[in-house]
Amino acid sequence: MTKYPELLQDLSNLDGISGHEGRVRDRILSALGDRLPNHHIDSMGNLLAHWHGTHGDQRPRIMLAAHMDEVGFMVTGYDSDGSLHFASVGGISDQILPGLRVRVGTNKPISGVVMWTPIHKNRDLAIKPMSNLRIDIGATSKGEAQGKAPLGTPIMFETVFAPLGNLWSGKALDDRAGCSALVEVLNDAPYDADVLMAFTVQEEVGLRGAKVAAKILKPDVAFILETTTAQDLPNPHASEGESQPNPTCRLGEGVALTVMDSGSITPPQLLRFVEHTAQQHNIPYQYKTSLGGRTDGAIIQSQLGGIPTMTFSIPARYIHTPTALIAPSDYESMVTLVKAVLHTLTHEAIRPL
Amino acid sequence: MTTFDLKQHLKRLVTVHAVSGSESPMRAVLREEWQPLVDDFDSDGLGSLIGIKRNTRQIDQPYRILLSAHMDEIGMVVSNIVDGFLQVQRIGGTDARILPSQRVWVHGRETLLGIVATKPPHLLKEEERRNYPLLEDVLIDVGLSAEETAQRVRIGDTITIDAPPFEMGNRFVSKSLDNRAGIATLTTCLHLLQNLHHAWDVYAVANVQEESIGEYLGAVTSTNHVAPDLAIVVDVTFANQHGAHGNDNYELGEAVPISYGPNFHLKLFDEMQATAHALEMKTVVDVLTGQSGTDAWGIQVAREGVPCVLLNVPIRNMHSPIETADLRDIERVGRLMAHFIANLDSTFLNRIGWTTHHD
Repeated sequence: MTKYPELLQDLSNLDGISGHEGRVRDRILSALGDRLPNHHIDSMGNLLAHWHGTHGDQRPRIMLAAHMDEVGFMVTGYDSDGSLHFASVGGISDQILPGLRVRVGTNKPISGVVMWTPIHKNRDLAIKPMSNLRIDIGATSKGEAQGKAPLGTPIMFETVFAPLGNLWSGKALDDRAGCSALVEVLNDAPYDADVLMAFTVQEEVGLRGAKVAAKILKPDVAFILETTTAQDLPNPHASEGESQPNPTCRLGEGVALTVMDSGSITPPQLLRFVEHTAQQHNIPYQYKTSLGGRTDGAIIQSQLGGIPTMTFSIPARYIHTPTALIAPSDYESMVTLVKAVLHTLTHEAIRPL
Repeated sequence: MTTFDLKQHLKRLVTVHAVSGSESPMRAVLREEWQPLVDDFDSDGLGSLIGIKRNTRQIDQPYRILLSAHMDEIGMVVSNIVDGFLQVQRIGGTDARILPSQRVWVHGRETLLGIVATKPPHLLKEEERRNYPLLEDVLIDVGLSAEETAQRVRIGDTITIDAPPFEMGNRFVSKSLDNRAGIATLTTCLHLLQNLHHAWDVYAVANVQEESIGEYLGAVTSTNHVAPDLAIVVDVTFANQHGAHGNDNYELGEAVPISYGPNFHLKLFDEMQATAHALEMKTVVDVLTGQSGTDAWGIQVAREGVPCVLLNVPIRNMHSPIETADLRDIERVGRLMAHFIANLDSTFLNRIGWTTHHD
């Protein structure tokens, strides 16, 4: 078992749904410490900085982005018995809600549970939408609930980061694992190239932070440090000869390189350059083999006069649930590959063919 | 007065993982908890734990009262291992709809943390968005390779949900309040009996296998073994909550639901209500028109028949990892039983005998 980075553990455990990223930003600031050059927190809350390279004038200006926000919920109303109505911030499947344990509020957090009608009284298999479920926080009246959890109060998964088998488990690994990896990359600065650091806000509600960050930083190229969906599970019900569904990527087989997702196409010459770099340094990598999902790259590419972008992902099972899983070796290979690319990337590699 | 911290006791009980048929960890903890409170321990052939507290009136051939609560819990069992992932079957009334994304403990050669696998919303197909997965579709991920899993997990190992207790306002949330809450009422009663005289011998029984098989096995065999003259059964019932309101749902923290119907002795019911009212304790009648779904169903017809009464602890979200109780309800049931026992004398059975019709 690889010892997990303390920073990753802390970032996973901290609460920061979209729009409430302050605690995560503070932890990242403390991790970067004195080495952080003059930084800027923009109007959205993005944490930005310009790390000068040793040969910055001869290399492309490289933006590195990881998003600080996580999916969660907000309080949207009350019943007279003191139970809470809630709605999701970012994409959460209704199927994970029954019996869920949550943390309500960030300043004085309290525990809550998504109530579930006993199986003795209801066996309906149809998934209940979030609007038909309620959270119990122990309040016995609407007034008490309003006092304990005012409208808009953030609600988070209450998972505590922990090793699980050979893997690391925790909430919000999408994209705190990317944030932690980005801090590790910056720990080796300076690189040859200038690095434009962006810890972005509000990715989960529509890539909002990255749009502003790219326009402020004006990079020549952008790399996104992310997690992506791994569906590398067996299918015990598959009949003989039936093909397994596309897993998108597999845990433990290296950093996943995006060829194309639902929001962007990686410039081919950039993809090949990165692959070549990985091969030269014997860094394990794989392709993300389905189109599902999009990243901050989808919005960054269209800013200003157009910015070539590419997403690097740590394969993760069960993202957007209380507990996601990643493999330590994939985390390492992402950090190593991004570092290698920062040392070698040239203007040629990002020039359209 | 011996001090008794009900909350700490209950926390200890619900932290034990003991599905039907694998109750030994629970038996060990309960022996420790009851040791100072009883004169003797006994067991039936299936593993139900029997704590005996003898009468304090030096009566030679005392009557016997059985206090009965089940100590097993619902869960799952490993039925197959595929590429290191576990397939499961249910033990008792496990609700597959609450499983996706839950953390679980796999009680293998070593105890492993696992995750009930889910598909991320990005990859769900339209039909997968409509219905909860069935238990046969559940896979448990323990983060190990096929070889590593095989070394640690065998088919037949049990699985429980990782659901540690916590407090939520005045409420107590955990897995397995069904029926550790009932066990805690027995402990409460035994504590109170340390300072009350009683003429009957008390047999506090933690039964095995209530949740599975459907025969109330432990309750029947322990009753056969003890040969009681009366039985008080304690189990959980439904509390009012979102998605469950109605005549058979009770407010948390309000009153003791006492069950009424053919599964129960009508005069014993009356006596229990009278005791409650003498203690200025609120009660509510829980009407059960037939099979009660509790150990009382087995006990009533064990041996030559045993007069039964059922006391209930209302909980929310029954058979989920967030079962929710109010500790005041547990304390009240324990106190009611203790005072009921203290009032029992040698004429009691005559008093409830069928000498006249009773409505």
